[in-house]
This record gives sequence, structure tokens and C-alpha cells, in this order.
Amino acid sequence: MSVNGNLTAAPAANAPAAEWKPRIVAFCCNWCSYAGADLAGSSRLAYPADVKIIRVPCSCRVNPMFILKAFERGADGVILCGCHPGDCHYSTGNYYTRRRMALLFSMLDYIGVERGRTRVEWVSAAEGARFSKVMNDFVAKIRELGENVKVGDLRCKE
Amino acid sequence: MQRVSEKVIARARELMREGTVNKVAGWKAGEFFYDCAPYVFESEEALKDLVYDRFCAANLSKYMIKNSVAAGAEGGKVLVLLKPCDTYSFNQLLTEHRIARENVYVLGVGCEGMCDIDRIREKGFKGITGVDENADGKTLTVHTLYGDGEVAIDDVLVNKCEFCKGKAHMIFDELISDNEDEGPRGDRFAGVRELEAMSPADRFAFWQSELSKCIRCNACRNACPACSCRKCVFDNDASGIASKANTDSFEEKMFHIIRAFHVAGRCTDCGECTRVCPQGIPLHLFNRKYIKDINEFYGEYAAGAEAGQRGPLINYTLEDIDPAAVSDKGGN
Amino acid sequence: MHRIGVFVCWCGSNIAATVDVERVVAEAKVQPGVVFAQDYQYMCSEAGQNIIKDAIRTHALTGVVVCSCSPRMHEATFRKAASLAGLNPYMVEIANIREHCSWIHKDKEEGTEKACVLMRAAVAKVTLNVPLKAGESKVVKRALVIGGGIAGIQTALDIADAGFPVDIVEKNATIGGRMAQLDKTFPTLDCSSCILTPKMVEAKANENIRLITYAEVEEVSGFVGSFKAKIRKKARFVKEDVCTGCGVCMSKCPSKKGLNEFNMGLNNRSAIYIPFAQAIPNVAVIDKEQCIKLKTGKCGLCEKVCTAGAIDYTQQDEFIEEEYGAIVMATGFRPIDASKFDEYSYSTCKDVVTSLELERIMNAAGPTGGVLLRPSDGKHPHSIVFIQCVGSRDVSGRGKPYCSKICCMYTAKHAMLIRDKYPDVEVHVFYIDVRTPGKNFDEFYRRAAEQYDVDYIKGQVGKVYEENGQLVVRGVDLISNEQIVLNADMVVLATAIEPDPTARKVANMLTASIDTNDFITEAHPKLRPVESPTAGIFLSGVCQGPKDIPETVSQAGAAASKVIGLLAKDKLTTNPCVAHSDELLCNGCSCCEKVCPYGAISYDTKLINDHGVKENRRVATVNEALCQGCGACTVVCPSGAMDLKGFSNKQIMAEVDAICL
Repeated sequence: MSVNGNLTAAPAANAPAAEWKPRIVAFCCNWCSYAGADLAGSSRLAYPADVKIIRVPCSCRVNPMFILKAFERGADGVILCGCHPGDCHYSTGNYYTRRRMALLFSMLDYIGVERGRTRVEWVSAAEGARFSKVMNDFVAKIRELGENVKVGDLRCKE
Repeated sequence: MQRVSEKVIARARELMREGTVNKVAGWKAGEFFYDCAPYVFESEEALKDLVYDRFCAANLSKYMIKNSVAAGAEGGKVLVLLKPCDTYSFNQLLTEHRIARENVYVLGVGCEGMCDIDRIREKGFKGITGVDENADGKTLTVHTLYGDGEVAIDDVLVNKCEFCKGKAHMIFDELISDNEDEGPRGDRFAGVRELEAMSPADRFAFWQSELSKCIRCNACRNACPACSCRKCVFDNDASGIASKANTDSFEEKMFHIIRAFHVAGRCTDCGECTRVCPQGIPLHLFNRKYIKDINEFYGEYAAGAEAGQRGPLINYTLEDIDPAAVSDKGGN
Repeated sequence: MHRIGVFVCWCGSNIAATVDVERVVAEAKVQPGVVFAQDYQYMCSEAGQNIIKDAIRTHALTGVVVCSCSPRMHEATFRKAASLAGLNPYMVEIANIREHCSWIHKDKEEGTEKACVLMRAAVAKVTLNVPLKAGESKVVKRALVIGGGIAGIQTALDIADAGFPVDIVEKNATIGGRMAQLDKTFPTLDCSSCILTPKMVEAKANENIRLITYAEVEEVSGFVGSFKAKIRKKARFVKEDVCTGCGVCMSKCPSKKGLNEFNMGLNNRSAIYIPFAQAIPNVAVIDKEQCIKLKTGKCGLCEKVCTAGAIDYTQQDEFIEEEYGAIVMATGFRPIDASKFDEYSYSTCKDVVTSLELERIMNAAGPTGGVLLRPSDGKHPHSIVFIQCVGSRDVSGRGKPYCSKICCMYTAKHAMLIRDKYPDVEVHVFYIDVRTPGKNFDEFYRRAAEQYDVDYIKGQVGKVYEENGQLVVRGVDLISNEQIVLNADMVVLATAIEPDPTARKVANMLTASIDTNDFITEAHPKLRPVESPTAGIFLSGVCQGPKDIPETVSQAGAAASKVIGLLAKDKLTTNPCVAHSDELLCNGCSCCEKVCPYGAISYDTKLINDHGVKENRRVATVNEALCQGCGACTVVCPSGAMDLKGFSNKQIMAEVDAICL
């Protein structure tokens, strides 16, 4: 097994900076945020191609395991978007999401995944412009933070 | 603890003899005096091996899942000896409908803190043959092949007792205890705070260093009362987490992080994970982080303080904090 | 073996301009499991769909990925096409390479790369898809309406007119509800009874309607299309089918101390009584707390005078069990308790009354025979002060934070009626705002203020008190910014309205969600205002939020039309993307049950055969007709027994893997 003990966030000095492209997973609830992303698309409101969206029925469907998996696989940032609190299609789903993610993100920070790499945003189906802005902001933040630690190497110190 | 110990053993025998219970879940001395392992005694005769001393740290709550059902099937009842901290786990399991309460007789036993043989050894004792509690209740006489020595109990407590939750039993049918509840001992979140004060890179390095010691023996999982699923997700191919075919590294690499989230909101901080880890990984630092966050975000919550509580992760209020508060949106 | 086909749409130039579709096809062809890939200008067109259908048949595809526009646009189209070609429709996944890719990226290289990733994720997911089948459940063609006020009556009449049997369960001895207590209705001033009682009679006469009065729903189980309800019919001590409603018993009854609820307690009634003259059913009922015979065993006068022989002191509560396809909540409202606002001296001064009490005083069938007399001494009042927003728009916690909506209009009505009938009476109205957004509402209010000379004072009343037998009202005029002290003969409080206290219990029984004010929550506040989020439960009238009569009636009709739409179906198809629990893995911990917003999960002790070991275990079962597929349960399940069809743990993890490759 190759072991990469490199903890530094910055890319190696000799590699051209343009080569690194952040890997960003966005979970979007079907009813609000996924529709918001569709609206951003139909309004041609650009955001970086680094963001890849996974559709889920509700933000409460997102198991923290999915996010851990993304980080284990080398994601540089994970963002979860759902209906605004109070507007959940299933009435209470995003309230549970709110608790789970607050605790999970705090734990990720605790094991060394910087706070900026995880985010929950509430985006409604009407907020195409906001969806685009949220993604632009998030990608900018991830680019600023640089490459993520190799979470998958947590148990692999030589 | 001598006095309590005698009373507990005598009472266990009595309950068995008079037929109130037909089984006793307690601790049995092993090959070495400090090897007090959980054991289910099935006769009064067998009870001669029952011990209750400074090395009975094991939490017996989890054993009630199977034994309470089995006792019911036999038309009997099982006696379980629970220390104050163990009762939280027992309650949590009741909340989760895992224990047939009617088949269990809970004997709450007083506890003055359990000792860690490794910590005694760290004090420089070699060839330890036995340990006796001194009359002051504060020190131990350590017998070794090379003579006797003395050690302060406070210096050799297991981690969970160093941060004892208190001497009060949360549930019992009968209580044998001389202790007055003095509340929690020490600041159990100090270790968490220390880590929180580090930089993310240092924290990562810390955990990488600790978790790399893990040999995946599963002792933490097997001892944990919250990890009591009929079939663990790590053994269940459909969970998307297990990887027995060795085609996926997720389980292997993220085991402890996954486990910690699985028990979040249900963990009673019984400390068994850390106690049983043969590699000395401070696993409780994960659990206490969740407990600390839950307390800070959603108000004080002690899993297992009473049966039937609604856990923080299956609950919400309209005013809950937004995850932005921890993900520190935009800044860092 | 998987045999997956990937179809890449150009969407004219919408996709093809920024995504190299040929490269996506080439990349698709090398994905594990993919046996066919093709691009086409318009996949959603007839010709495009035929390409998919042909490929399914020719290549015996087991799964299809369409790289195209949003699934919200054409997922249904492609699923249908697959189904026509013999492939299970749920074996189709969409990679959204238009809205989420080509439309937002300018650089073709970047767009193509991303499209490939999205394709890969969809392929990874579809290899884990399993054929799903929409379930079916029966529809019992009978509706239950809880509450027999105007909302419940209207809903029941509309449902019955469509040919479906409907039961109205009313907790009081008569239907009619609050509207029956009203005198005149704004803004037309027609008599409330005159428009309501014919509807009550119609409800009684309609052969599709069964009235179950003096009854409460005790238990409800089941789900949309197939609810079971247990209804307790309280003992009336009068045989409903024998009593003729002649009223002789009432006049002979020696116990006359019971407060007349219909008249808001302003006068008394006998222990055996008919709530009001037009009550439906027009049958007496014995108040067992007041009846001498029932309390002491002596008396029995009513039995002696009843020529019909309707009295039965031994009557017991009866239970009715019935199945329903749909349930309508029409539990209505009550005014809040005005004694919480004691600065207005409601509990100490008899001449401080609530608006609903004034309605009864003004009503010809009321305690004063419709003559305006003040309660304390029965004298004619010369000056009346109205105080609006008592307990409404109150964020202090004592009252209600919402606007009760009807008070501005009924106060204008009261003021106008009094000025019209008794021009000698001075009328003052203290208000915060006058809210008149309704047809002919503002005109009505202006008529009161301008033609009838009602003195509207913008400001709040600080205190009402009695001084030497005289009511004194202290307030502020916010416009002139002056303190005002008025002597009044009567003070009328426009009290806030709140949901009837039974609403919470009924909502819990129906697993219908309820807001912090105990109003029932709609499935969607704008688009599904008469449905509860719980399928098969509908909302009619004020139980959903404050409403006037026309609004209540139109909402009642809307609820009825939703019920009719449901009952017209013979079977319901259920969304197959629902949660399901693996009984072998279930711990029985109840976490899932607690987070389910639909009450779709239940626990039973079942004999489980776990690889040859048989034991009784407490396990979760998902009712597929109730589950809406949100997935909240899947995450709280510690053992991973609970999973969601169509969005399984493994499927989503596979997508994550494919994206983070």
C-alpha cells in the first residue's frame, strides 16, 4: 500500500498549480436544491465544473457515511443542500439533517478536516442565483484551502 | 470496597438460593487476580467464583440483551450487578427495547473506582502477585515477587473512573452501596478541549498516530453496549460499509470514525472502548467529543440517565443551531 | 451480468455545444457493465425514444442511463419508454448533463470531463438498481368528517352529492357549530341561522350522510384508502330514534341550573335539553351532571311526561367501528379565554362581554330575545366600547401571535347593527389596524365608520375598570397622541380565536402534523392547502387557520373535491421508492419510528427465522402506502436494517465513489 504521510495542504512545489482540481461532492435534495440547481442551469448562472451533484430525495437521506466515504476517497469538499428549515417537502427532514451535520462537521474538524471543507446550505427551488453563488463561494473556499488531507490515510502511518 | 463486596456476594447467593433469580451475571476471577471477566453463574455452587473488587470494571449491561430473553424463555430471572456508570448503559438499552426488563433483577452495587493493572505496572511494580486494599480506602498494597509496595488508588484508576460520572444508580431493583453521590469527578472534556485547541493539521497527525496503532481486533466494538446490533454494519455487505471481500478500503480506514457516529447520542460514556483497547488508543475522545457538542448545541443530555428518553439525533427543535456555526462558512 | 445501455442526448446544441457527446459515448463504452452507447440529437423525441426501446430489445439491456436534461424534466418519459420495451421503469437513471453541466460551463473540455463523471456516476448507480413495482392498495369508498360545523357540513354535503357515503362525527348534541350561534353575517348582514339551518336539514336528509352526534373519534388506525376508526357515541339517555323533539320534558325538568352553552353561559337551561330550536337532530339530551334522577335516583319526571317513551336512564356509551378511505378534519375553533386579559376586567364585570356573547345577546333566539340589554342589570346601554385584537397579534405569550382575521369585520358588523337598531347608543372601537381584505369588506367597514358614525379610535386600551358602578375605559388615541378616558355601559372584547382543544388529540390520532398554535399543517401552504402531509387526511375550515364563513365554505368544498378524487379511485398506486426494513437486521430500537413524519413505521413482535434460529423479535415494518420515501429513518437506523428503494445506501455510495474516482 502506498503511504502518503504528506500533511501539508499546498500542492508540491514543483507541480504546476493548475493541475490540481478540487473534487467536490454536492448532495442536493430533490424538491428544493436540485430544482434550484436546475434553475441555475436554465438561467445560465455558471459555477465551476468541480462541483458534482448527487440527487437525494431529502437532505435527511444523506447518511454521514456518504460524506465520510467522499472524504476517504479524496474529496476536497462536501456540501449538502436542502430545503430551508420549515419548508421541507417531508416537513421535518431537514431538522434532523441540521443536527446530524452540525455534529458530523464538528467531528470532521476534530480529526483534521478543516471547517471550510464541509457546508450545509438551504437553497430553495426558486433560488437559482443563490445556488450558483453558494457553489462559487464554496469552490473558492476549497481552492483557498488547497488539497485536503488524505482522510483515508488515518490508519496508515508508517 | 471490601464491605460492599461481601454484602454483594452474599446477597447474590441469597437471591439465587431463594429462587428470586436462577442466573447471576457478575464477574469471575480469571487466571490472574486482575482478570475479572464477565460471567453468568447458573447455580449457587458456581457462585463461589463470584468476585467484586477493584478489578471488576467490565460493564455487564450488554450481556442482558441475550440473557434477559433467555431467562424469560426458561421462565426464570437473571440477576445483574450494575455499578453506577453501568446503569446508564442498561437504561439506554431499555430505551432501545433491547432488554426484557421483566426478566432482570438489577442489583445496584456501590463502587469506589476501578483500578487499571497497567497503570499499577507503570508505577514500577514488576512481578505483581496480588493487590490488597488498605483500610484507609485510598491506597493499595501491591504484593510482588520482590516484596510489597504501596500505591495511591487515585493514581491507578482506569480512565472511566478518573472521570467518574457519579455514585448514583440510575436504575435498580435493590441497592447495596455505602457511597454518597458526590457528582462527577474531574473534567471529562479536558482531553477533548486540548485537541480542539490544536491546528487541524496537528489534530490529523494526532489521530493518524493513534489510529495507526489499531489492529482491528474489534475489542472496542465488542465491549461497547451501544454497539449491540444483531448484525453489525461492518459485517453486513448490504450496508455499503462492510468490505470483507477486501475490494473497498472504506471500512478499514474509517472504522473508528464510522463507529463513533453510529453511537453518537446513544453512547453513555461508559468508557469500555478505551478500557479494552489492547493498543491503548484513547477512543473515548471520539465519544466525548460528540457528547460535548451535543451538550453545547442542544442542551445537556446524558444518554441512559432515564429509560425512554428521546435521543438528540432523533429529535430536533425549531431553534437548533445551523451547521454553519460549526462549518464556519466562508472563514477559517 | 449487467447489460447497460448509455444514451447521450445532444439536446440540439444545448448539450452538444459545450459537451463533446461523442467522447461521452466513447467513455461510456469502456465502463464496466456497459454494452451499448449511442448519442442522438433529441433523445426525448419519438425517434430518440425508439433508439432506446430498440437497444433494450436488441441488446437485452438490464439497465439504461440517459445523459440528458434534468430528471425533473424527462425521467418519466424515459421510464415509460423503457417500460414499453419491457424493461422495468426503475432500471433507468438520468445523468443531468444539461442543467448541471452544459448550460453552466463554457469550456468544452471542462464540460465534457464533467459530463463523463456524471455519466459514470449514473452507470455506477444503475448497476445497483433493482426492478421496483408500484404497489396497490384498496380504497374504502366512505369518508369520515370530524366536526359538524359549517365546514364539516359543507364538506359532507359535497362528498355525498358525488355519491359517496360520509359520516359526520360531532362532539356536541347537534350539528351547526359556531355558525349556529351567530346572529348576522358580514358583509351582507343576512341571518346566520337562515342560511345555515337549511344546510343542516339537508345534511340530515341526505341519504349518503350519517350524522353521529354527541360522539367522539377514539381511535384511528390504517392509512390512506383504508382507515379504521372507533367512534364513541356518548349516552344521551334519550332514544334518538324515538324522541320527537316536542320539548315537554324541558319545561317539566326541575333542574334548571345548567349553564346554557349555546348562549355562552349567559342564561340557564334544564338538565334535559335540546341545544336550540333548530338543532339537528332535534332530539333531547340529558346532562348527567345536572340530572337529579341520574345523580340521586329520584325524580324521573321527564320519563313520566314523555309520551313517546324516549327516555332511557340506563343508556350506555356505544362504540361504532367503521372503515374509511379518507378523513376530513373540521374541528373548528373557540374564542380564547378572555379572563387571561384581566386588565379588561372580564372576569369581574358582567358588562364586559366577548363578541360571541354579544352575538347571543343580539340574537332573537338569545337570552334577551334579541333586545340589547346589558347583562348586569338588564338595562339598555347608552355607550358601548369595543376593544379589538384581544389576544390576537400578541407575542407576549399570553395571547396568540397570529391575526384572528375575522374580528375586524365582526366588530364593524356589531357596531353597525347596534347603531342601526339603537341610534341613541354611542359606539367606540379601539383598534390596532382595521384589516378588511375581502370582497366588499372595506366598503362595509367604511359604511360603519362613515354612515353609521361609529367612533373608530386607533389605539389600545390599557385598562377597563368599574368605578362607582360605572365602567371606565382608559386608552390612548395614537393619532392625536392623547390619553382617553371613556365611560361605558358595556365593553365588548373581540377575542382571538384558537383551534378547538380537541384538534390536537385528533391530529395526533391521525398523525397529522400540527403547528405551534395547534392549527393543522397543510401538505404545502400554497399548493396543497387542504391536504395534510399525511396522505388521506384533509383539512376543512378553521382547524387549518383563521377563516370567515365564505372562506370556510370554499375550503370545505376544496377538501371535498380532494376526497372525491381519492374515493373515485378503485385502487391507489404507491410510490415504490419507499423505505423497507430487513427483519433479520432490525434491532427493534424504535429510532426509525420516532423520526418518521408519516407514522409509516410500526413495530410488532414476530417470529423471525434467522438462518434456522427461530425467535420472537420486535421488528419494524414499513407501511408502503404511508411511506413517502424521505429516508429519514435510514440514517437513524443503527444496524442499517432500514434502506430506501431507489436511493439505497449502496447506490449513493457508488455515486460518491464514481465522482471521487
